[in-house]
Amino acid sequence: MNTVAVIDYGMGNLRSVCKAIEHVAPAARVTLTSDPEEVRRAERVVFPGQGAIAGCVAALVESGLRDTLLQTMRIKPFLGICLGLQALYDFSEEGGGTPGLGILRGQVRRFPVEKMTDPETGRVLKVPHMGWNQVHQMTPHPLWNGIPQDARFYFVHSYYVDSADPSCVTGATGYAVRFTSAAAHENIFAVQFHPEKSQKAGLRLLENFMTWDGGS
Amino acid sequence: MGLAKRIIPCLDVDNGRVVKGVRFVDIRDGGDPVEVARRYDEQGADEVTFLDITASSDNRDTMVHVVEAMASEVFIPLTVGGGIRNNEDVRRMLNAGADKVAINTAAVRNPDFVKQAADHFGGQCIVVAIDAKQVAGAESPRWEIYTHGGRKPTGIDAVEWAVKMTEYGAGEILLTSMDRDGTRDGFDLALTRAVCDAVGIPVIASGGVGNLDHLVAGILEGHADAVLAASIFHFGEYTVGQAKQRMAECGIEVRL
Repeated sequence: MNTVAVIDYGMGNLRSVCKAIEHVAPAARVTLTSDPEEVRRAERVVFPGQGAIAGCVAALVESGLRDTLLQTMRIKPFLGICLGLQALYDFSEEGGGTPGLGILRGQVRRFPVEKMTDPETGRVLKVPHMGWNQVHQMTPHPLWNGIPQDARFYFVHSYYVDSADPSCVTGATGYAVRFTSAAAHENIFAVQFHPEKSQKAGLRLLENFMTWDGGS
Repeated sequence: MGLAKRIIPCLDVDNGRVVKGVRFVDIRDGGDPVEVARRYDEQGADEVTFLDITASSDNRDTMVHVVEAMASEVFIPLTVGGGIRNNEDVRRMLNAGADKVAINTAAVRNPDFVKQAADHFGGQCIVVAIDAKQVAGAESPRWEIYTHGGRKPTGIDAVEWAVKMTEYGAGEILLTSMDRDGTRDGFDLALTRAVCDAVGIPVIASGGVGNLDHLVAGILEGHADAVLAASIFHFGEYTVGQAKQRMAECGIEVRL
């Protein structure tokens, strides 16, 4: 049976993620869990990330999930969502500076308020970056199957990923700066947007994940 | 190309049912919020907002179930407002599957609640709802905010309040003109622009939409990041798709 563990360390709303996966893969068994053993047993892992990054990384360490995650990320199809993308990088500016898991090279930065101007209207671009923006697919990937180039996904975030390794950037989005909206590395795929809230395009991405073997 | 302006249909919900119902020709149950939300999703709505007008706390459990049902079937963002008084209320709605909660009266009664909720759950899921009314006879236009569903004046200036709520960590403002709400005369554009230009967070304009050009004006003249409407969609006069088409024709970036 296709089993997927959705990492939950008790910071709130993951219902939508689970329901969206169940919707696209009705035969799969979706488990919301903070138990390292359960994560090890599952065939695939979804890491949505919740709350602020410092709390997220601390909760992973406390629950013993950090090491399990680092292990499983190397061997199973892994999907990070929102903070679950940001936490993969070396360092985040959030919370006065927080080290991340250091799987991917790069920094997580706050949208620079002084540069947040719409080039066309001259008006201020609001932060959080909230709503439907385009994702430009930089490289082909099984998770993009059936999703049109520059499709819109739903975003809500105030920090963005500034990748140091362009080879891991598989999706890019512009909002005052051009940032990494999707990263891919071996069996890791991680996105800044919320596929579970991105209607058809998002559901397709989740469906692709549920049939992905982790290869490229 | 970049971030699209959003169109958000809003449903008033009482004890789990849509107030006054929704009159699409082909809908089975216009009183079921989930079925209506699904229709709006199919039409291309960017988000949906449920305003819970339920008075009693017993009935609030019903709203939690509605949100759960919605989150199992409709995969676009959902905001829930009405009667959100403390962190526990926020938690219940978010756990049920809401993406954002709108706080109005409780924010005025205790502004620190907004700060605590934003710290705890993240500002991106905390929307401060503002009901504003123009102050009669003021030399330059200004607006006062009201609470309790628009019944209680507060003496608080709407623009100052919006700025303060931003500083307290709110992630978005839902701004309703009480002078225009229900009139179908269009948004209060001066109010909308005053608030939108004063804050660095997204603002949803609400109150008074009677036709598609009003939505366009809310964005182009009011500077809103999103527009919310109820009756023009509920009675099947216009679909969300038609609204987006009209906005696109006027040069507004939308998700088509």
